[in-house]
Amino acid sequence: MATLLAIGTAKGLFLATSDDDRRTWEVSGPHHPQTSVYAVALDTRRATPRLLAGVTSSHFGPSVATSDDLGASWDEPDHAPVAFPADTGASLDRVWQLMPGGADEPDVVWAGTQPSALFRSTDGGRSFELVRALWDHPHRPHWQAGFGGQAVHTVLPHPRDPARVLVAMSTGGVYRSQDAGASWAPGNVGIRAAGLADEWPEFGQCVHKVARDAGNPERLYAQNHFGVYRSDDDGRTWSSIADGLPSDFGFPMVAHPARPGMVWTFPLVADVERFPTDHRCRVFRSADAGGKWEPLSVGLPEGPFYPAVLRDAMCADDATPGGVYFGTRSGEVYASRDEGDSWSQVAAHLPDVLCVRAAVV
Amino acid sequence: MLLPGPLRGEAGGASRLSVDAGGTLGAVLDELAADHPRLARRIRDERGELRRYVNVYVDGEDCRHSGGLATPVGEGAQVQVLPSVAGG
Repeated sequence: MATLLAIGTAKGLFLATSDDDRRTWEVSGPHHPQTSVYAVALDTRRATPRLLAGVTSSHFGPSVATSDDLGASWDEPDHAPVAFPADTGASLDRVWQLMPGGADEPDVVWAGTQPSALFRSTDGGRSFELVRALWDHPHRPHWQAGFGGQAVHTVLPHPRDPARVLVAMSTGGVYRSQDAGASWAPGNVGIRAAGLADEWPEFGQCVHKVARDAGNPERLYAQNHFGVYRSDDDGRTWSSIADGLPSDFGFPMVAHPARPGMVWTFPLVADVERFPTDHRCRVFRSADAGGKWEPLSVGLPEGPFYPAVLRDAMCADDATPGGVYFGTRSGEVYASRDEGDSWSQVAAHLPDVLCVRAAVV
Repeated sequence: MLLPGPLRGEAGGASRLSVDAGGTLGAVLDELAADHPRLARRIRDERGELRRYVNVYVDGEDCRHSGGLATPVGEGAQVQVLPSVAGG
């Protein structure tokens, strides 16, 4: 068995493969050169794993490409895989998130986009259809653009109930559906919107990333634009788990896919100072659902460190013990094969890393 | 129609295509979409608008200065697609 690590960058997709239980890596690429790859998915539900990449050419626009041979070749359908219907008057800027659905819906893939919208595929990601109810939501005119654009950057289908799906967007907050996308309700109670006149609005929070707990699908973790939170009721209400972190600002939030209560994040000082806290390269891990946090830095650079880690540039794999990965805006990628206890460099000198995803293939 | 290097892969490697349509640039691009849909959507978005950093010249004239998609395209006209000098 090999482990595949897909690395989406500002100038293409790189694929790192390890055949020795993640000790060493061979990196290929760039695939889709000169495109920004904000979203990548490794869909291991299929008999043959499918790679999906959301690629955007600054000249020639966005698309979604798929590969059924682990990246050796890529295909795009003739039609635009993700496109806004004519009556919306909108056009796709980029795909920010590609998320396979639950195990019982092996052909369902979700796509979160800029402008903020959700699309659903029922053919494994070859073609997508706009989820109308979220696009038509009365709140949509009030959603704002974050610094990176106005986008649905997180899609979390419920692992056991296909009717339930959660999205998060910058800037708009968390929205939940319990009827397969037919209706949507905001889920931001308890998330503070720092800087707004009303700091506890129904929606409008700048949620940076949400992750779902491995053991309890009702339990979610969120890294907000100031604030780190946990929900124990499927996103209805949130409470702070920032105590013990050196900062409550940052972008990624990754949950262990198999170990309940374990999450990782990469704090930055603040929105006006987007450097790692103490200018050190450290991942922070909690093993008790955010009760306590510990810094992890064995094997990571020891000197002053300034690059940030973007919201999708950290991930976990599905191996045992669990692997954790992150990439930086300075093009370095690090991997841990022991849940973060120790790290090694997978690649360096790549373009800015926008996203990473890893799986045993 | 003259294609830049990055788009030739969507035209079987060809640098030139003959498009049997006329009247306006929009009609030419509609015809192109029928035969080469992936190529066409790299030039125009799903609203049918030219992508911001794609320039199209009709007989040497930037269409953005000569009527956009309504730019007249006569028989034998040369339509050249050129990516903007942009990016980093």
